[in-house]
Amino acid sequence: MSGEDFVPLSLTPLLIGTFAAIACALPGNFLVLRKQALIGDAISHVVLPGIVVAFILTGTISTWPMMLGAAGAAIVSVVMIEAIRRLGQIEPGAAMGVVFTTMFAGGVLLLEQTDTSSVHLDVEHALYGNLESLIWLDAVGWSSLLDLTALAGLPPELPRIALTLVGVILFIWVFWRPLKISTFDEGFAQTIGIRTGALGMALVIVAAISAVASFDAVGSIIVIAMFICPPAAARMMTNGLEAQIAWSVVFAGASAVSGYVLAGYGPLWLGAADAVSAAGMIATMSGLILAIAALWGPYRTRTGAPQEA
Amino acid sequence: MLELATNQGIPVAEHNVEDSPLAIRGLTVSYGQKPVVFSVDMTVQPGAMTAIIGPNGAGKSTLLKAALGIVAPLSGQVTVFGQPLEQQRARIAYVPQRASVDWDFPTRVIDVVLMGLSRQLGLLGRIRARHMSRAMECLNRVGMRDFADRQIGQLSGGQQQRVFLARALAQDADLYLLDEPFAGVDAATEKAIIAVLKSLKEAGKTVVVVHHDLATVTEYFDHVFLINTRKVAEGPVDTAFTAETLQTAYGGRLATAQIDQISRALA
Repeated sequence: MSGEDFVPLSLTPLLIGTFAAIACALPGNFLVLRKQALIGDAISHVVLPGIVVAFILTGTISTWPMMLGAAGAAIVSVVMIEAIRRLGQIEPGAAMGVVFTTMFAGGVLLLEQTDTSSVHLDVEHALYGNLESLIWLDAVGWSSLLDLTALAGLPPELPRIALTLVGVILFIWVFWRPLKISTFDEGFAQTIGIRTGALGMALVIVAAISAVASFDAVGSIIVIAMFICPPAAARMMTNGLEAQIAWSVVFAGASAVSGYVLAGYGPLWLGAADAVSAAGMIATMSGLILAIAALWGPYRTRTGAPQEA
Repeated sequence: MLELATNQGIPVAEHNVEDSPLAIRGLTVSYGQKPVVFSVDMTVQPGAMTAIIGPNGAGKSTLLKAALGIVAPLSGQVTVFGQPLEQQRARIAYVPQRASVDWDFPTRVIDVVLMGLSRQLGLLGRIRARHMSRAMECLNRVGMRDFADRQIGQLSGGQQQRVFLARALAQDADLYLLDEPFAGVDAATEKAIIAVLKSLKEAGKTVVVVHHDLATVTEYFDHVFLINTRKVAEGPVDTAFTAETLQTAYGGRLATAQIDQISRALA
């Protein structure tokens, strides 16, 4: 494909998909090791009604109302979980399960019942995003990357997700040592003065920001898949945390690129007429990578599992 | 040590809190409705090796965790070397129960020991040659030098425990608190650990150990603290570790034969 076709039509969706995948996979590494992997799942369920309400109130899909709506929904969920846990005297896991599914169902219901025809916001958008439509019409070829007027026409999702990715990398880089120590041994971490509660909360907030920033562009399917699949596959490739992070970035990027290309051309190769959803294909590729790592990865057995006393 | 001899038989709470490496007053901790530790006073003697002893579920580990701020107490005060805990964190090294962490965590033995240097390293400080050699020296003290590059999941229980001890040594603390370091370890490890702890004591450090093996108390420790939710006894081994205090702490759970055996050993 020549630059004249590739740059306007495929470069931006590829970059947005790759950045979103990496932004979710990075905090996912710690969530998986902390056995909190389902938090990504929970976040993407919970933020949906927040985003829909933000849209209904403002009538536009723009970043800040979306972020505020998502944050509001997260707070409502935490309050609901605590209330159900106390009033029902049940364990937190059960309360979370009830709240997350209710929030997501409420979001879907709101979407279906309100008139969102003026903009691209519907159930399908919430699940799959609109990656294919994030094209860069001002571009004429590779030279446009140096052309300021053309750059001004970039889809706003690209700088947004790029900035989010930079923020995620900075957070993990600065707090690398406390994150590693408190993930491995929380009790010890507290005794050397690490505020593990605040750090764990910060990690979840960073994951939530990644989820919300990715959500609009690529939908919740990718978000859920990327929090878990690349880190889990990466864990089975190595026995070092640093290497695991690197592998997860490679796997997230590989899923995004191969998924995008396969969604666009795969059906044609098979003789079908239309392309399939890029977001769905990216998530599928990450699942495939996880399956391959689980079958043939060099470090897939739990050598350190608790032994019989 | 002369001071200890003159203090025998006197309730230890009368010792000066200012001098104590760890002084606890009126500590109560509960999980849910039931108190696990109730109104406990403890005054750890400087330079001593103290065993915290009591039956299962008596609150031994909880006492340690509450003293370190890992679990929040309902009430009570803790001072470390006469000052609030937060100001003295650098002088404390804590060895949690081996089973409290997931040993499948992707890291190497040397990385775990280097965690003991993290206060020194700060957030972004680089690990330099002197940090590495310090970590290796600590591994050497516990006989694990050859395992530095091993993944921690490949270690036996005893080896895991030694790595935890090496991490505590790297902290270069004045007060060492260990939670069941001898639980489920091989005889060689037990010997290695006790040798390190005795060397710490000789260097003037204070060591507090949650311990469950009554048979080795007199051999390993010079002070005991008996607890069964409430404090039962506290003091030098020969005055506080008696058939009577054991009977109070353990109630019917300790066979008379066992107590007789311990009493004979003490006599």
